[in-house]
Amino acid sequence: MRVEVRVFATLRRYLPELGIGEAKIVAVDPGTTLDQLRESLGIPKTEVKIIMRNHLHADFDDLINDGDRITYIPAVAGG
Amino acid sequence: MARKILRINMTELKATYEEMPEKWARWGGRGMTSAITFDEVDPTCHPLGPNNKLVIAPGWVSGSPAAPSSGRTSFGGKSPLTGTIKEANSGGLSSQKLAKMGIGAIILEGTPKNGDWHMIYINKDGVDFLPANDLMGKGMHEVDKILWERFPNKPAVIGIGQAGEMKLSNAGISVNDPENNPGRYAGRGGMGAVLGARGVKAIVVDDKGVNAIEIVDEELFKAGRRKLTDSIQAHDLTKRDGALNSYGTDVLMNIINEAGGLPTRNFSAGQFEGAAKISGEMIAEMVEKRGGGMTGHACHPGCIIQCSNIYPDEDGSIIASPIEYETAFALGANCGIDDLDYVAKMTYECNDIGLDTIESGNTVAIAMEGGLLEFGDKVGALKLFDEVRQGTPMGRIFGQGVEATAKAFGVHRVPTVKGQSMPAYEPRAIKGIGFTYATSTMGADHTSGYTIAPEIAGVGGKVDQLTDKGKADLSLTFQAATAFIDSTGYCLFIAFPILDIPEGWAGMAETVAGVTGMKITGEDVIPLGKEILKMERLFNERAGFNEQDDRLPEFMRYEVLPPHNVVWDTSDEELDKVYAWVHDGSN
Repeated sequence: MRVEVRVFATLRRYLPELGIGEAKIVAVDPGTTLDQLRESLGIPKTEVKIIMRNHLHADFDDLINDGDRITYIPAVAGG
Repeated sequence: MARKILRINMTELKATYEEMPEKWARWGGRGMTSAITFDEVDPTCHPLGPNNKLVIAPGWVSGSPAAPSSGRTSFGGKSPLTGTIKEANSGGLSSQKLAKMGIGAIILEGTPKNGDWHMIYINKDGVDFLPANDLMGKGMHEVDKILWERFPNKPAVIGIGQAGEMKLSNAGISVNDPENNPGRYAGRGGMGAVLGARGVKAIVVDDKGVNAIEIVDEELFKAGRRKLTDSIQAHDLTKRDGALNSYGTDVLMNIINEAGGLPTRNFSAGQFEGAAKISGEMIAEMVEKRGGGMTGHACHPGCIIQCSNIYPDEDGSIIASPIEYETAFALGANCGIDDLDYVAKMTYECNDIGLDTIESGNTVAIAMEGGLLEFGDKVGALKLFDEVRQGTPMGRIFGQGVEATAKAFGVHRVPTVKGQSMPAYEPRAIKGIGFTYATSTMGADHTSGYTIAPEIAGVGGKVDQLTDKGKADLSLTFQAATAFIDSTGYCLFIAFPILDIPEGWAGMAETVAGVTGMKITGEDVIPLGKEILKMERLFNERAGFNEQDDRLPEFMRYEVLPPHNVVWDTSDEELDKVYAWVHDGSN
């Protein structure tokens, strides 16, 4: 399976090769969770406040589906 | 010294310090401006007529030593944009200086008999009414500069640009920042026109030689301050080098885009393909690459969050400060513009002419939808602002905001509630904020009940953005908490850490109790907030508003918004639950 992964704000330091808003295409095995993918990318769990999958909140333990658009997000707010 | 009311009558050109009446003594900030407006302003008056007033109030803790991020000034009265009660608050220098002078509120009333314009100078020796002839027609950058040259001691300057002079419904009130730039605005609702209607171009506040701050219970204040400061410094969002400090509020651009809730091209889509180019990350990259600007800028003395920025041009010279998320959404995504330099140039124009950036960007988008220019036409968009500065007929229409411009151009997709256009979150895709837009006492306003915290950011809990279940209660809770925080003088952004860290919430209440001597704890935040909301709601009812005004625009009910492909399908009954308590006696 292949998924798109994005990181924003302070988490960009863990995927420094990506420009702002760019996605990393990652191959994952069926049965992989969002938390396992995070671990494989070297993003510390303590720095991830929310995960979005296909524009909606997801949980660390959710299984990944083929073609998912996945975003790891630190604590953000403002407005 | 107990706080005083400074009543300034522009008809008589007379200023009087009055004892604080018992009925207002318990309020600060928004609570104060709303209580005074409720008691003294006829809800049926014309907002620009002789019977409206402008009330200016620092918060409960403003000016107290080292109260963190506590430099907000509230500006209240009846809004020319919405016809409702209004409180718009701003950072900058005025809050702490007013508080140090012992001023609980300024009530500005009356209109000069001969139509003259004045500049008001307030210092420890009294209040002077000075002619403003040399300031008229000037933008706020020049006004701030002139007034700092004329008056020593780096005073606070509260003022209006050309938009306020013309009494346009989208005119904001500027407060200068620590570098004497005019980027701090009580922007929403046209309160700049209310200041203009009083014949006042600027108010200069010089607190040199006076410090009337009283703290009733020093120990309680200090204990609360420690808890609040610790929570701000501990939370990942607000700590040094956290997201707000590093990227500013525009850190939200990419996130809200990911959530499918970024209003784009006059609220026709929830994602913008150019979001990354106008994001907070891009601001930080430009500051780093070009030099000359900065992130982590403080908008008022004593702020420990420091989420402001100064955006540089290619040669390192300053274009504008600050670029907020709301600014970048309105002048960027919602106009189909993905060029941060142009967003910054238009921000400069707003800050100079004295316009709210949200309403301005949304108005450009309406003009684009109406065929005046194409979406994405950044050069054409920038030129529109000069029309306002020059006061051309087109500029005067534009300066009235979204609804007037939509009528002028025959546009029926009008994203407003009670005359005020929506900020940077699509209510079809993020339902709770739709409850706030619909029911807020201020018209469509995100700050009045920021449900985005749990709906998107996972702050203060985590809820599904697409459901309306439980959102009436959520919106009311946020609206009430906000009314309280808007009364403290603290920046609303302290809400984020203290929603997650209970000690911070308690600490905030303790600082207020310590300064004022009122017996309040964290438990009293929501009830006190609701008291303020009730005054505002009743004012609006007396001005002629009812439940039918608590609705989102029709096009959002039938037009499907990508990428979630949703409409606004919340029932009116569900919306009416938010304020049912005002009359049913449930609270």
